Amino acid sequence: MTITVAADNRAAGAWREFAGTGWRERIDVRDFIQANYTPYEGDASFLTGPTDRTRTVWEKISALFPEERRRGVLDVDTATPSTITSHAPGYIDRDRELIVGLQTDAPLKRAIMPNGGLRMVESGLKAYGYEPDPFVTRVFGTYRKTHNDGVFDAYTPEMRAARKAGIITGLPDAYGRGRIIGDYRRVALYGTDRLIEAKEAERARLDTRPSTADVIRDREELAEQTRALGELARMAETYGCDISRPATTAHEAVQWLYLGYLAAVKEQNGAAMSLGRTSTFLDVYLQRDLTAGTLDETRAQELIDDFVIKLRIVRFLRTPEYDALFSGDPTWVTESIGGMGADGRTLVTRTSFRFLQTLYNLGPAPEPNLTVLWSPRLPDGFKEFCAQVSIDTSAVQYESDDLMRPRTGDDTAIACCVSAMAVGRQMQFFGARVNVAKALLYAVNGGRDEMTGDQVAPAAPPLTGEYLDHEELSAAYDRVLDWLAQTYVDALNVIHYMHDKYAYERVEMALHDHPVHRFMACGIAGLSVAVDSLSAVKYARVKVFRDASGLAVDFRTEGDFPAYGNNDDRADSIAVGLVESFMAKVRKHPTYRDAEHTQSVLTITSNVVYGKHTGNTPDGRRTGEPFAPGANPMNGRDRHGVAASALSVAKLPYEQARDGISLTTTITPEGLGHHPIERAGHLVGILDAYTAAGGFHMNVNVLDRTTLEDAMAHPEKYPDLTIRVSGYAVNFVRLTREQQLDVIGRTFHGSL
Amino acid sequence: MAVTTDGRIHSWDLSTGVDGPGTRFVLFVAGCPLRCLYCANPDTWHMRDGKETTVDEVMAEIEKYRAFITTAGGGVTVTGGEPLLQPAFTGEILRRCKEAGLHTALDTSGFLGARATDELLAATDLVLLDIKSFDTTTYRHLTGGGLAPTLNFATRLDRLGVPMWIRYVLVPGWTDDPESVEGLAGFVAGLGSVDRVDVLPFHKLGAAKYEALGLPFPLRDTPGPTQDSVERVRERFRAHGLTAY
Repeated sequence: MTITVAADNRAAGAWREFAGTGWRERIDVRDFIQANYTPYEGDASFLTGPTDRTRTVWEKISALFPEERRRGVLDVDTATPSTITSHAPGYIDRDRELIVGLQTDAPLKRAIMPNGGLRMVESGLKAYGYEPDPFVTRVFGTYRKTHNDGVFDAYTPEMRAARKAGIITGLPDAYGRGRIIGDYRRVALYGTDRLIEAKEAERARLDTRPSTADVIRDREELAEQTRALGELARMAETYGCDISRPATTAHEAVQWLYLGYLAAVKEQNGAAMSLGRTSTFLDVYLQRDLTAGTLDETRAQELIDDFVIKLRIVRFLRTPEYDALFSGDPTWVTESIGGMGADGRTLVTRTSFRFLQTLYNLGPAPEPNLTVLWSPRLPDGFKEFCAQVSIDTSAVQYESDDLMRPRTGDDTAIACCVSAMAVGRQMQFFGARVNVAKALLYAVNGGRDEMTGDQVAPAAPPLTGEYLDHEELSAAYDRVLDWLAQTYVDALNVIHYMHDKYAYERVEMALHDHPVHRFMACGIAGLSVAVDSLSAVKYARVKVFRDASGLAVDFRTEGDFPAYGNNDDRADSIAVGLVESFMAKVRKHPTYRDAEHTQSVLTITSNVVYGKHTGNTPDGRRTGEPFAPGANPMNGRDRHGVAASALSVAKLPYEQARDGISLTTTITPEGLGHHPIERAGHLVGILDAYTAAGGFHMNVNVLDRTTLEDAMAHPEKYPDLTIRVSGYAVNFVRLTREQQLDVIGRTFHGSL
Repeated sequence: MAVTTDGRIHSWDLSTGVDGPGTRFVLFVAGCPLRCLYCANPDTWHMRDGKETTVDEVMAEIEKYRAFITTAGGGVTVTGGEPLLQPAFTGEILRRCKEAGLHTALDTSGFLGARATDELLAATDLVLLDIKSFDTTTYRHLTGGGLAPTLNFATRLDRLGVPMWIRYVLVPGWTDDPESVEGLAGFVAGLGSVDRVDVLPFHKLGAAKYEALGLPFPLRDTPGPTQDSVERVRERFRAHGLTAY
């Protein structure tokens, strides 16, 4: 208890002028925000541009980008497996940087993180011309088992086959699972001493419990969390920051928070390393200093600009195959902005604007993944600004605050692209996705893979008619999906058991409450292909062509059928049914650590790779042709404009896809109105109407096809061209040619 | 009793900011008496090519978008083809939409303005009136029809107090003659119910449709206007106190 008193004394200065009590007694950042933040209902006119300092730092770091792009990676430390404290401090421009801290001792120099899997590290190194370090190879090849090793020890032959065939794919079995958001704000508000104390108290509560496997694991994890917080404080010390105590100024608050995040990206190469919901939290500190006169708007913006520069240069060593799958080098540093509070006040603050302003001050960029939590009730000034930023940069995504708030509360942040969780209280086991379009072909072919002929799903009688019969196909599909759901959840249980064991997210979990609520985040890909195929069989006639072995390899559709994406219930109800039925099947299977089952309708950019590995489908899609991304209607089949397309997607029930439903739209500038000054207002109208209709997520690109074609031909002219793909943004010029063609081939909602 | 007035439609679509305010349900009816050289929708020329549709069917489709277009600050626009070629059908749709609380717009050349009853216009919140040229000879060459009916219609709309957006497509060599633009601006400035003037640059996005229909696209070799010239024409309208985009 004496420690508590000491911490409180130190906190008194740091917490001067802050209101509220609950957050002082327990770790509760939401309570702190609610008691102290200043909602902002005005417009963007207060914002300031980049200072010379900001420009200099940004130019210095961005001067390294072309070389990095050319070589794939700028530099790698091959010999030092990364930990929170593994590397000496690094700087971009020590005298000018306001917010300090790099993952290694030099900017853009990548670290290795072999806990996830040694093979991934070695192939990453070799791909970019580096030799794996023999010592590292010996340690992780001989003495220290990795997550990847563990998973393959426990996979069943059936799981391996499903994985190999690509009916279950993208599984985090060879790399960090990611999608866990530490509540990095806690570092600023409380300092690490107080956080360690709270973790020790949590662990002490387990002392009286019998030492069952679950309790032992919890105790060990809490001990690791405590240790990680100590390492975080030591790492901060090397940058001259005493984060054992709470931050006392806005500058410190940004710095402390960032150091918490930095520890996470030094420890984990997670697929998505999201930031959380920090802008309104930081606004409390910025506002306090602005009021005290120790800070002006220019400096406030500089702090955010400098913070964002750091978030833009988070790097991991990954393989070219991984990058091809995910279009470049995404890190999903997702920051959730805006939203409404449970008490009806908006959570928009001036700092919500300041984060978006970085897209002007530093130019457009895919990271951090700026995500606006949208509600029609948001203040008009903020809505207009968001829409204008989207029109100018295509770098923002929108998610329905109205759908999330009642379920995960008003301190929800997005992990990765569309996964909602209460910051610091909930986490997820990332589960990638299954290919429901391929599953439909398995139903036709009695469980054999249409590309290889291999028996992957349990053998069943194939459909033998000259034409596909809807009833017969539906029944067979249902059986395949039963098997798929079971195999899938089972495989995820193996993966997450091993990840916890061999690559536990110590510092991220140290910034969560114990016990934490866990989601098992399943997902489906190929929705629109499966739906249109079922619609074709139901409303038109689909003739089957088989090869000598009886494998159905092609289809011919006779007659018209309604396609998903035109607000036509005949097709849309098939989509709703498929989402509901797969979710129900997933729920039947027990999960590791009793995680709550969820699913997403999201492909990231793997829609291209999925398409490549899926044969001809009854909807007329040809073998190898990309799927539509996420929950999108199939490219070109949504023929009635963005509203019709969006309303089809909005019908998918969020309750049955709590891990998110992703819609990526591309609208031409002209498609938002003849007159530029009216476009932002029109986009606000579309977002309001989509959200009010129950739509969950919308990526908004405002682009011409000709711009993209020109960027393909002259990439050097478009180094910053950013487009939203599927829950995140990418540099267009860094996409593979295939992916670029896929993007260009999508529906552009415009007008004649 | 359900009304069963039939009409012939080409298609429907949702659009934003191009067919009146906000995001709108846009009904393209089939058939047009004019043959504008720059027409972007040659597939809507013939009524016989349209799909026979009842007002109830159209209203059922619109109903699916009612909440969306209302929230998005939009409404319903009837365009074509020429909606006044089927005045009973068009009128009935406008009336039913108005009854349903939707903002209604009629996009017309005004050539058949005489066929629009006062009742139809009472159900119309906004007329998007295309005046294709202010020079009688040019108008005839460009459209195959006469200019007078359009001007009479504009005057009538003004008298009835029906709000108008005037649309003027700027085609180099055809409609960019300063004198003619000046004449039009003067005429339009005299109409009190005109809210704004849209100067729209001629484009050739419809060329593919001509090809598909096996028709020659008469303005295939005409370039689009420069940004500057569009802005100059807008300025001429503004000089008369009009809001021009």
